[in-house]
Amino acid sequence: MNKTQSRPAKPVWQTMKNAALAFGLAAQAGLAAAAVKDLPGGPAVNQLDMHPPATAIAANIHWLHYAVMGICVVIFVGVFGVMFYSILKHRKSVGHKPANFHESVGVEIAWTVIPFIIVIAMGAMATRTVVAMKDTSNADLTIKATGYQWKWGYDYLKGEGEGISFVSTLDNTHRVMSDSGKPEAIDNYLLKVDNPLVVPVDRKIRIITTANDVIHAWMVPAFGVKQDAIPGFVRDTWFRAEKTGDFYGQCAELCGKEHAYMPIHVKVLSAPDYAKWVDAQKKALAAKADDPSKVWNLPDLVARGAKVYAANCVACHQAGGKAVGPIKALDGSAIVQDADKSKQIAILLNGAANGAMPAWKQLSDTEIAAVITYTKNQWSNQTGQIVQPADIVAARK
Amino acid sequence: MSAVLDHHGHHADDHDHGHPHGWRRWLFATNHKDIGTMYLLFSFAMLMIGGILALGIRAELFQPGLQYVNPQLFNQLTTMHGLIMVFGAIMPAFVGFANWMIPLQIGAADMAFARMNNLSFWLMIPAALMLAGSFFMPGGAPAAGWTLYAPLTLQMGPSMDAAIFALHILGASSIMGSINIIVTILNMRAPGMTLMKMPLFCWTWLITAYLLIAVMPVLAGAITMTLTDRHFGTSFFNPAGGGDPVMYQHIFWFFGHPEVYIMILPAFGIVSAIIPAFARKPLFGYASMVYATASIAILSFIVWAHHMYTTGMPVTGQLFFMYATMLIAVPTGVKIFNWIATMWRGSMTFETPMLWSVGFLFVFTMGGFTGLILSMAPIDINLQDTYYVVAHFHYVLVAGSLYALFAGVYFWGPKWTGVMYNETRGKIHFWGSLIFFNITFFPMHFLGLAGMPRRYADYPMQFADFNAVATVGAFGFGLMQVYFFVYVVLPMMRGQGEPAPQKPWEAAEGLEWEVPSPAPWHTFETPPKLNAAATKVVG
Repeated sequence: MNKTQSRPAKPVWQTMKNAALAFGLAAQAGLAAAAVKDLPGGPAVNQLDMHPPATAIAANIHWLHYAVMGICVVIFVGVFGVMFYSILKHRKSVGHKPANFHESVGVEIAWTVIPFIIVIAMGAMATRTVVAMKDTSNADLTIKATGYQWKWGYDYLKGEGEGISFVSTLDNTHRVMSDSGKPEAIDNYLLKVDNPLVVPVDRKIRIITTANDVIHAWMVPAFGVKQDAIPGFVRDTWFRAEKTGDFYGQCAELCGKEHAYMPIHVKVLSAPDYAKWVDAQKKALAAKADDPSKVWNLPDLVARGAKVYAANCVACHQAGGKAVGPIKALDGSAIVQDADKSKQIAILLNGAANGAMPAWKQLSDTEIAAVITYTKNQWSNQTGQIVQPADIVAARK
Repeated sequence: MSAVLDHHGHHADDHDHGHPHGWRRWLFATNHKDIGTMYLLFSFAMLMIGGILALGIRAELFQPGLQYVNPQLFNQLTTMHGLIMVFGAIMPAFVGFANWMIPLQIGAADMAFARMNNLSFWLMIPAALMLAGSFFMPGGAPAAGWTLYAPLTLQMGPSMDAAIFALHILGASSIMGSINIIVTILNMRAPGMTLMKMPLFCWTWLITAYLLIAVMPVLAGAITMTLTDRHFGTSFFNPAGGGDPVMYQHIFWFFGHPEVYIMILPAFGIVSAIIPAFARKPLFGYASMVYATASIAILSFIVWAHHMYTTGMPVTGQLFFMYATMLIAVPTGVKIFNWIATMWRGSMTFETPMLWSVGFLFVFTMGGFTGLILSMAPIDINLQDTYYVVAHFHYVLVAGSLYALFAGVYFWGPKWTGVMYNETRGKIHFWGSLIFFNITFFPMHFLGLAGMPRRYADYPMQFADFNAVATVGAFGFGLMQVYFFVYVVLPMMRGQGEPAPQKPWEAAEGLEWEVPSPAPWHTFETPPKLNAAATKVVG
């Protein structure tokens, strides 16, 4: 795709954008959003068009959209030009007498055949892109994206960085701001995550999607990528980012209550920067790796559990552990307080309530032991019970 | 005229042959006109309920952040708005038109199965109560989207079962209504009313009724499997037991895509009656209109997976569904061209029904073009589940179906009530609705292109201005419909206004204009003798 095709004409775009902005402002009398700036790689303020493409596929889609849009506008103006001409000239109030024709086989055939040819031509324009989008072979790096209610898990399966694995969650301050009803006007509102997906520039990245509970969809508009993540199934898509920078997307398939709060942030780095990042990740992983046979004391494990709870559980169970709608209470729960720890371990490993409480088996043994111990010694649950990582190892078998 | 008029007309209020009065008249109704009236009032009530839910959605989206509802309730609002509008408002409204107009247009005394007709109306009441009442059940209303995708439906509370039961009942009602319409049209036409002389509204409904019979059982199958997955341990769609959530989508959309034509084909029929009447010129290309309608109906069965490009189907699947979908543009285009050719060199006037019809043509076609753009798989993958899709289907369902329904109410309302509506009020309703509709939905195209996903309770700041504009438009659009009810519908129902002549429209054609206004309780009790074109009663 050449560059003139993939870039909108600046002056027209700018005028339209300003006009739209003025209209928007008039309509809402200077909302805080006026202070918001464009987010590079994410949405622009009052954006009128698709995202500036960052991959060849996205540039193709961009161009295709302009092409069919152009065809549609020309037909629309032509057809309705005829209609409005007729409305102006063939009205009773200007004394037009009705004709009586009501059939013409030739005309009917013409306006069946010509549109047929036009739509087939439009289909032909898109066919190559369809085929290219589905070609996920020969990837340089393969990453599995797993949808959870409501976060994304990333596992680097093959290629440079193999073995790296982390979960990417919306920054909780944004979630709190959303609930407050008066979010601050920040550029990456609802798009800021703790751990962005990091990939190298100019490499073919294959994304394998699946899900843990319900269907999610992994989308990054600037890459022209959107792929459902379906529980029990693996699907794939790919992109090759042509520039470094940050790119944003959001979950695009209704996945329950927090659907709007599981963004996607992809950081595209140059090859050397990416190698450095992989290195740092590997070191951190090695340092962080917990020895599941370690025996912990209660205060340390509760402190560790508080962190695990804040990162994974607080979205549903809240800081207070109280019941909210269908979400079960932890504070005062018989299962949590039960001296038989196996029930709570089973729920964390396998989930409950048909997946409304998801399975957390992807957490480490130490993390699960820590968070259970935390809930057993928090709020009114002052049981003094401790669950060691070794208990989880045993329960997993 | 003798064949036209009520046989009992000369001894009015004949209680022996008479019909029940008071509440019995409505509860035990077997008269197609009474049942048609009930369908129309019911669907308007549901339109108001669905509209209030929509305003709840728009109020929440007026500004970033959660001000009025929590995200769970937000999902309930979007789900129930969709279900109520599709199954409660648009579909029953067209059945109401069918009940009123089909017997009048084909010269039949009534619908073929009068008691089944009663049942198919009254079944909708418990179903509607169950749907609307699901907000008050434990855990609130279903929140899995109107498409009820598995496995999210497995996480819903008991209201999901209520909604499934309600949809089963509504489906049964639709199937009974369809059987009635098919049998009436095929067996009860007056002598001389051959199929190819029949008004297009009857044709479009005949084809729609076959579509309904074909696909409502498919929906029933999908939601029954959801029900057994939820309660009886089956795993049709539950991946935890080896089920296939994508199969649900295939089954749902095999119903869902013909369903969108079920909601638009009768609208084509209404517009095809109105444009010739106000262009004072016969409908251009009658036969090709019939064939185009049939082609759209047949094609509608082989395009369902264009709703599923992002599920990751094989490349051949994407290509097949892309090309098949684009083909629908051909017969739809033929219809648009035929309507414009009907207007061409006519002698047009622009009373309210014509305004709504021209508005329909213009705005519905915009929705048609965004549909064509969405049919291209690569573009769709970028726009799937964004506001672009929301804009698209509101352009075809509101500016398409709903505008045609309004056109029909203004066109045939004088026949139903015997009262002319107030032309100024009709024009205010039209222009207000047209402007507010576009303020509401046009900015959604931009939001979708910029990547704002649908069914989001909160959104990044950059989307704020267009959302605010859309909300302002939505409240305006809602108010226009209240205006319509209070200042147009109520006066007509109360008989306030100019008495309507038998044929209020100079060049309207068809048997419905051969009976007085308001149409007497019984019409065409003996089959009328028709002229050669089957548009007039002779002797």
